[in-house]
Amino acid sequence: MDAIFLQILNGLDKGGAYALIALGLTLVFGTLGVVNFAHGALFMLGAFCSVSFYKLLTLSKQVKDESITFFDAFKEQPYLEIWFGDYGTTIIDLAVPLSILFAIPVMLLIGLIMERGLIRHFYKRSHAEQILVTFGLAIVLQEVIKSMFGANPIPMPAPEIVSGSAPIGVLFGMGESVVYPWWRLIYLLFSGIVIAGVFAFLNMTTYGMVVRAGMMDRETVGLLGIDVERRFTVVFGLAAVVTGLAGVMYAPILPPDYHMGMDFLVLSFVVVVVGGMGSLGGAVAAGFLLGILQSFASMNEVKSIIPGIDQVIIYLVAVVILLVRPRGLLGRKGVMED
Amino acid sequence: MSEKKNSAGWSRRDIMKAAGAFSAAGAMPMFFSRGAWAENNFRNNPGKAASIKLGFNVPQTGAYADEGADELRAFKLAVKHLNGEGDGGLMNTMKPLSLKGNGVLGKKVEYVTGDTQTKSDAARASAKRMIEKDGVIMFSGGSSSGVAIAVQSLAQEMGVVFMAGLTHSNDTTGKDKRRYGFRHFFNAKMSGSALGPVLKKEMGTDRSAYHLTADYTWGWTQEESIKETTEGLGWKTVKTVKTPVGAGDFSQYITPILNSGADTLILNHYGKDMINSLTQAVQFGLRDKQVNGKTFEIIVPLYSRLMAQGAGKNLKGILGTTNWNWALKDKGSQAFVKSFGSEYGFPPSQAAHTCYVQTLLYANACEMAGTFYPPEVIKQLEGFKFDGMGNGATEYRAEDHQCFKDVLVVRGNENPTSQFDLLEIVQEVPRAQVEYDAKIFGGELGPYKV
Amino acid sequence: MKTPTIKQDMVVMLIFSAVILTMPVWLEPLGASYPDLLQKFAIFGIFAVGYNILFGLTGYLSFGHAAFLGIGSYTAVWSFKLLTMNILPALVFSVLLSGLFALLIGFITLRRSGIYFSILTLAFAQMSYNLAYSVLTPITNGETGLQLARDDARILDRLFSEAGEGLPSTDFFGFSMSGYSGFYICAVLLIIAFFISQRIFHSPFGTKLRAIKSNQTRMKYTGYNTKPYLLTAFVISGMYAGLAGGLMAATDPLAGAERMQWTASGEVVLMTILGGVGTLIGPMLGVGIIKYFENIFSALNEQALHQAYAFMPDWLATVMVTLTSPFVGEGWHLTLGALFVLIVIFLPGGIMEGMNLIKKRFSKKEAEPSPTEKATETGQ
Repeated sequence: MDAIFLQILNGLDKGGAYALIALGLTLVFGTLGVVNFAHGALFMLGAFCSVSFYKLLTLSKQVKDESITFFDAFKEQPYLEIWFGDYGTTIIDLAVPLSILFAIPVMLLIGLIMERGLIRHFYKRSHAEQILVTFGLAIVLQEVIKSMFGANPIPMPAPEIVSGSAPIGVLFGMGESVVYPWWRLIYLLFSGIVIAGVFAFLNMTTYGMVVRAGMMDRETVGLLGIDVERRFTVVFGLAAVVTGLAGVMYAPILPPDYHMGMDFLVLSFVVVVVGGMGSLGGAVAAGFLLGILQSFASMNEVKSIIPGIDQVIIYLVAVVILLVRPRGLLGRKGVMED
Repeated sequence: MSEKKNSAGWSRRDIMKAAGAFSAAGAMPMFFSRGAWAENNFRNNPGKAASIKLGFNVPQTGAYADEGADELRAFKLAVKHLNGEGDGGLMNTMKPLSLKGNGVLGKKVEYVTGDTQTKSDAARASAKRMIEKDGVIMFSGGSSSGVAIAVQSLAQEMGVVFMAGLTHSNDTTGKDKRRYGFRHFFNAKMSGSALGPVLKKEMGTDRSAYHLTADYTWGWTQEESIKETTEGLGWKTVKTVKTPVGAGDFSQYITPILNSGADTLILNHYGKDMINSLTQAVQFGLRDKQVNGKTFEIIVPLYSRLMAQGAGKNLKGILGTTNWNWALKDKGSQAFVKSFGSEYGFPPSQAAHTCYVQTLLYANACEMAGTFYPPEVIKQLEGFKFDGMGNGATEYRAEDHQCFKDVLVVRGNENPTSQFDLLEIVQEVPRAQVEYDAKIFGGELGPYKV
Repeated sequence: MKTPTIKQDMVVMLIFSAVILTMPVWLEPLGASYPDLLQKFAIFGIFAVGYNILFGLTGYLSFGHAAFLGIGSYTAVWSFKLLTMNILPALVFSVLLSGLFALLIGFITLRRSGIYFSILTLAFAQMSYNLAYSVLTPITNGETGLQLARDDARILDRLFSEAGEGLPSTDFFGFSMSGYSGFYICAVLLIIAFFISQRIFHSPFGTKLRAIKSNQTRMKYTGYNTKPYLLTAFVISGMYAGLAGGLMAATDPLAGAERMQWTASGEVVLMTILGGVGTLIGPMLGVGIIKYFENIFSALNEQALHQAYAFMPDWLATVMVTLTSPFVGEGWHLTLGALFVLIVIFLPGGIMEGMNLIKKRFSKKEAEPSPTEKATETGQ
């Protein structure tokens, strides 16, 4: 019972991450119609926003270890700690949540530059060319990050106060052994807020409604004298920010490395397509569905019945759903079907 | 349209040119027909050339790129020292030493590099390039067992010696051993034997262990070896769970541990998988738990400094083994740290150390054999006993081409004195304790002449 | 669509054959004329030419063709282990088995089109990869890869001779599969594969496939059931991939699961797009570029650069080495990525299309292509 409860939590947590990562992709891919293979790179850049911010905060005074003569070995003390004492320590401790503030403008800028400089010229080109150009871009971004930060993952600690586990078992009357990491709970909450925010923006603001209308029927909206192009730029920027934030908050769970984007690329495409092209709700639903099923498939009890099921569950579910529902969970007719 | 363009756009002159080239191809001699393999007729025999080429095949892209870069640094350093440049490094401490600092057998050493991408196919393609195009007489490198085993069998097919870099699977010198492959690095079996007594001392004989194992050959051999050791101590094995490689998020494998009754978690993961699973296991509060009246412990049987960097403070206090560490105080290790450190400005990793040593060992064997003829060189390496290269007195066992030497049991450092001081040496386990019978893993080396 | 005459096709074939067979000569100055890379050019050429039959003609973007490559490889190695080291049965079985799998997977995945089709093929390939890496290890030998062993059964070979001391090597009735003879065998197969592909492109069947690409709905309205055509194209390209996989195992008898990973499928997609989707020669160019980067560019280190710039004065050579070294060796990925971007920007439609454009600009005499042809060539 406890085990099942914990797996549901794992599933929700995974699902939150998948949904958040897929949300940006479905904005660009499902609605602007751009096959964006650089989406994973945006996720990775987000994670590295937090890394850079952390490095910035921990710029350190280096005290050389004199016992080592062959090379410079030193102990580091961040200037923030030297200048502000405990305040400095607290600020460094809060690096990851604070880097959200840093990541929003940076990711927005990256998104805008990407759209204006490159993606915009490919709206009308073939999907094949979109794949090639965005894949090339992803590799370039990746290699730039690699040359700056190396290939090794970089540990990003969550704030001390939430680095441990929450005794949620006590809360639900299930005993003390049922615990769950605070940071994962925060991630779940965070993804919920971001997803709700994006939905609210698209559904409740006039601006968002025009964007949605533009996605449905670009020409008509254009005929009404509305500058659809500019709104698409905004959508792309929004997608970049959402994806980047997914990356920032994921850094304490998965120490970032330059290749992490590629690892999530396929997954995010699967989530979006299973959810159905052109449907934000579909992507979110698919994210949670795949997350939960993946968690259950990894249980020892399940694995002992079907060996290796945890290796393929995501793809298996994708195949079944796409065969039963031709356009995924909530896909619209005619989007990316040719 | 392509075919249309070609049909319309070719002039008579173009076709004449093509035809000329075509007949030239017909006259190409057949290279590499397998002939007699003999003292003066073997693949890439340097003959009277003034220099020889070595191939350094390391991961330059992908997850292990940093490790590969460090291996490459060590190789370059070794080439320098072989050619009598720099401070000589381990050539000052190695015993017995036949090298003279004038290259190998009087020939200058050159090198070529390649990218394995940590993929068997790419690694073999790269090694083939070195052998077929660049004419290397030995190649080395690697940072995964799958790749090492794949290129080792290529070495046997092509008749070019392979001095393995970082590979830890029992299979490399076990069931997949080859006459042309040599491994200086230690293996999972030795990790297990070395950990045993330390685990007994620190954690007692009454523990229940839970394994998370990377679902591929290296993970399996390590799980098997560690299980054998811990069960020998009297520990129970609660469960062994296989995890997909590159899973990223391991939460669904970690939560079942919480209520399993286990009080020890053994992570048979390497590289990124290990960094992720350990980080997440610590977040799940495993290390703060009390089970069966004991503090919950995590063990990472195979450590590397780069992994330690990636895992950050999560690694503090966690036990594991390593092949070599720059903080060792023996003369050989100090000499190597000194020349590597002054060349590059930071200490070498264990991967760098093993690659450097392997290069020197090969060169030394050629010098001893007085020839580059592989069967003779191999015979010199087989059973070769040496000292002064770190790890104390070492022997290349003839039966399986595995080096036997002291193994380090280490712990994530609680109070590092510098940014490189990540691992604290708990014990240097003497070689006698990690030796095993070569027959237990089966496999056969194959012939000297191919 | 204007079909070239038989005579024109023959000329193209002859030139193509001549260019392929003389590769050891004209690739020499580029440093790419050693057997392994030549074999890879030919093998991946077969893979890409076959892939192009599906993607180029029908527009169906499969993201799972690496699975057939892997199946071909495993089949071939098993044939070497159980039957004989002769590559003939190995290749026959590779093609047949991957064709069978293609039939199965194609039957299911072709129920959907567009991106849904792509993801379905991707899902099947990833499942094959994940399973081959882990639970199917008894068949695939997992991460280490399926290898030959001295004591394999090799029933047919045992009829004629005893097992030798070392590992046997693959051959084609006495012609060794390693070295240049291996390349020529691959090259001949590539030429045959290219010939078949050319015939398909210019057959009524090919025309129907193109029609599916330009407007499937209209095809259906006119009474055509498009599915059998699509499935045939899918199976043919799967068999090409199987042949390529079998040849990979024949030239280098080891089959690893990573051959089936999505990155491997992605590679053939990139090769095809880079060269020019739907053109006959384009995919070969894509293969050439990507394999060249992977094998030659990645191997350039500072020492090699210094040698390359040896003709310059020392200071200039040092500057040049510093400037270029981030883009070669471990930086080869960066250069390749940048190249992708530049090619798409400046040569829309891939290299072949770009070359056509350049040619048109310089020779006004060239007849304008008919509008339909243009549409199918650059199509989505």
